[in-house]
Amino acid sequence: MESRGRQPVADVALQGGNIAVAEVADRGKVLQKLRMTDIGFRWLTRGAAIAVLLILGGIIVSLVWGSLEAIGKFGFGFLVTESWNPVTEQFGALSPIYGTIVTSIIAMVIAVPIGLFIALFLTELCPMFLRRPIGIAIELLAGIPSIIYGIWGLFVFAPFLQQHVQPFLINTLGNVPGIGGLFAGPPYGIGVLTAGLILAIMVLPFITSISRDVFSAVPPVLKEAAYGLGCTTWEVSRYVVLPFTRVGVIGGVMLGLGRALGETMAVTFVIGNAHRISASIMAPGTTISATIANEFTEAVEPIYTSSLILLGLILFAITFIVLACARLLLMRLNARVGA
Amino acid sequence: MKHWTVLAAAGLLAAAVSLPANAADISGAGASFPYPIYTKWADAYKKATGVGLNYQSIGSGGGIKQIKAKTVTFGASDAPLTGKDLDESGLVQFPMVMGGIVPVINVDGVKPGEVVLDGATLARIFMGDIKKWNDPAIAKLNAQVKLPDQAIAVVHRSDGSGTTFNFAYYLGETSAEWKSKVGVNTALQWPVGIGAKGNEGVANNVANTKGAIGYVEYAYALQNNLTHTNMINKAGKNVGPTAEAFQAAAANADWNSQPGYGVILANQPGDSSWPMTAATWILMYKKPADATAAAEALKFFDWSYKNGGKMADELHYVGMPDKVVKDIEAYWAKEVTDASGKPVYAVTN
Repeated sequence: MESRGRQPVADVALQGGNIAVAEVADRGKVLQKLRMTDIGFRWLTRGAAIAVLLILGGIIVSLVWGSLEAIGKFGFGFLVTESWNPVTEQFGALSPIYGTIVTSIIAMVIAVPIGLFIALFLTELCPMFLRRPIGIAIELLAGIPSIIYGIWGLFVFAPFLQQHVQPFLINTLGNVPGIGGLFAGPPYGIGVLTAGLILAIMVLPFITSISRDVFSAVPPVLKEAAYGLGCTTWEVSRYVVLPFTRVGVIGGVMLGLGRALGETMAVTFVIGNAHRISASIMAPGTTISATIANEFTEAVEPIYTSSLILLGLILFAITFIVLACARLLLMRLNARVGA
Repeated sequence: MKHWTVLAAAGLLAAAVSLPANAADISGAGASFPYPIYTKWADAYKKATGVGLNYQSIGSGGGIKQIKAKTVTFGASDAPLTGKDLDESGLVQFPMVMGGIVPVINVDGVKPGEVVLDGATLARIFMGDIKKWNDPAIAKLNAQVKLPDQAIAVVHRSDGSGTTFNFAYYLGETSAEWKSKVGVNTALQWPVGIGAKGNEGVANNVANTKGAIGYVEYAYALQNNLTHTNMINKAGKNVGPTAEAFQAAAANADWNSQPGYGVILANQPGDSSWPMTAATWILMYKKPADATAAAEALKFFDWSYKNGGKMADELHYVGMPDKVVKDIEAYWAKEVTDASGKPVYAVTN
């Protein structure tokens, strides 16, 4: 063993046996085999990545193809028309677009602060023995199928809102000048607000678990230094943890927003499915995905089907715009910190 | 290891047993309204003959698309196709079973059948014209019932559905304003109210909302203990939703007035006819590509006409009148033929 001296590890491995003659040939063979595996692996991963692009491209092409008829008939007016009338075949996407955006805003306004608070509590303040149970509970929320949220929303949550929460909101906030219009109208139980609340519960686990993971990746030395300077827990969270993790946090928020925009089943059950734009968030509305889920099976006329596919294309575009805005936001934030 | 072998063997065995049965199954797709009764008939039929039914309840629109794409032996629809559409696509159409649609309400102190409405008033309620339960138009029809000063909350179907089609058709028949402003289709632009998914969604929302009114298939009103209203029918009589009233509507209809028996049973004449009775149709090819499969399907329909009445009653559907069935079966013999022009299925009585 000692006679070999300091040799590269690979050579030591190859010389492991006593067969001196076959050594050179074997080495070439082994290296060849390693190279082939690597080439195979490279193509496998490359193929998987290209497949994603092909599938995405295929979806876009088929959405555009399917919606050509509606684009031709309604043109740009489709985006700004509120009427959705299957009888006269006059279709406009304004109310589903409005509903999609408003429910998502309600969901994010509620879920983002709560999600961040839970994540900060879990990483900074929570006693060790409680961390796992709370963490698991949050993750279980993410595992519940959306149809369960829908049925629970319709049978349990909506009646509860109708009897206890909405009358209170109407009687208090409904009289406040300025925002009163948002909380006007009869308490139906289901409607835009209920859909937003259900969505908030559904996106909470995404925001919480991603924020928790990035928060716990903050180097302890940074936090300890801040505490050493006399910072409060709030100041450490606000000025050390959040700035350090903002890319991850925004990523989590965007993931949640993506789910809120596209969520179908749970929303369909509780939004009230009315093609109307109302000032009040208590009133029934509809979203793009709920409209498609409700009406696609019975849409016989080609222009009806085509309009529904065009709605799908619009949702696709909205999601793309939201993601692009998130990227821009991150780039600007990074540029500001860099400068 | 041993467990895996046993499991695999069991799986193979199951596959071997189930495959031949599947191969001979009748395939159909369409309306969800008759789905419960079709499955019930299919169960009994399979016990009697060994032939099963694979019915996908994907909605009437889906059923029409599937039969036109020739992926199924029969399609099923709650809204009949027009004669022109049938001719263009080479399809035959016949009604299979009927049911009733009832208005359901949630007003404190009102018992089922106590409140009576007519088509014009119902249309005005669903257009948002009548906003309170103590409106003079409702009070005029219900002199003996004290209705509260309560807002009416309208609940309708959010998904496209044959129930909506039949309901809207009836409102259109009785109210010119409804016909011109809202119209008739499986999905509508509703002037007021909230949309709920499926019969169960409407039933649940009506049950939960004080002052609500909705429309559901009769079976759902019974299952959910909802308060139905009576209706004033075309003859001006006050009728309640019963199997007899649905049958009366079918018996009084002129089935041959439309190609493919495409008669909508809403607002039929007769003293005891329920005005919102609805039939559901089967669509098949006149010259089916697979004559054997078409024959199997017709055999199942024939069996269901003859043996399915009691099962239909249990689920609160109504079977077709005997006279109409005889007519339909004669129509099969004439229209549904193989390449050589011979009927694919001969009805034996």
